Amino acid sequence: MKLSEVQQILDAEIVVGLDQMQREVHTAFGADLMSDVLAFARPGTMLLTGLTNPQVIRTSEILDIAAIIIVRGKVPPPETVKLAEELKIPILKTRYILFETAGRLYRWGIVGCVDKVDAGKKRG
Amino acid sequence: MPEKSADKKPSFSDTFSVAGGNFDDAGRVSSRIKGILKKMCLPFDVVRKAAICTYEAEMNIVCYARRGDITLSVDEDRVVIEAVDEGQGIPDIDLARQAGYSTSTAKIREMGFGAGMGLGNIDRFADDFDITSEVGKGTKLVMIVNITNGS
Repeated sequence: MKLSEVQQILDAEIVVGLDQMQREVHTAFGADLMSDVLAFARPGTMLLTGLTNPQVIRTSEILDIAAIIIVRGKVPPPETVKLAEELKIPILKTRYILFETAGRLYRWGIVGCVDKVDAGKKRG
Repeated sequence: MPEKSADKKPSFSDTFSVAGGNFDDAGRVSSRIKGILKKMCLPFDVVRKAAICTYEAEMNIVCYARRGDITLSVDEDRVVIEAVDEGQGIPDIDLARQAGYSTSTAKIREMGFGAGMGLGNIDRFADDFDITSEVGKGTKLVMIVNITNGS
């Protein structure tokens, strides 16, 4: 699915990355805890989150996240937007809550970047 | 005498300074280190694991120490990241390594960190991880990611 389709499905506003809406995405990960994102998110996935601070962008850069979907109508502060522009990481903003965002994407074929975490494993 | 691998000089080594409490810049050094590793054309997974370890270590310095230095060394077999900080130190390292144990502040939690997962994440992604600390002086993390193709 292209990011432009994600934008339509989520009735989302493009905050950063108007020129990157052709990017293909297939998976997502949703969390507000960046340490969980670091532990479990896979490269090329979308990050669904309600956090808006610059650490979300840094975390996404470290992990090669394809796009950030900010949920619950949160507005990212200017320093977050600036960093995302610098690092060329697209941000979409939707008023849907995390559950609805995930459900709507799932219905259109987007799946989790992992489905279940392993029990007490060493590597993610 | 054949050269022992422990005596081998790294083909690349550089040190970066991290300011404690500077949340706006937190992650900048990790971004930089990731960029350097990418330019070396190391396997994608090696870059990713090293970047995650560096980022957690950098967040720890920003969140808990006055300042610190992160040294990246690369030779043909491995990436070594050393994070040495000047700070309060960790009184009980076994406790600190336990999942969920945290001494974080509201500010740290607001950023999506401080859930007692940092050291666990480093353990998860590093092939070798060593931590030493002296209360009142600081903490040293040594994280190693082995370079094996297809790792």
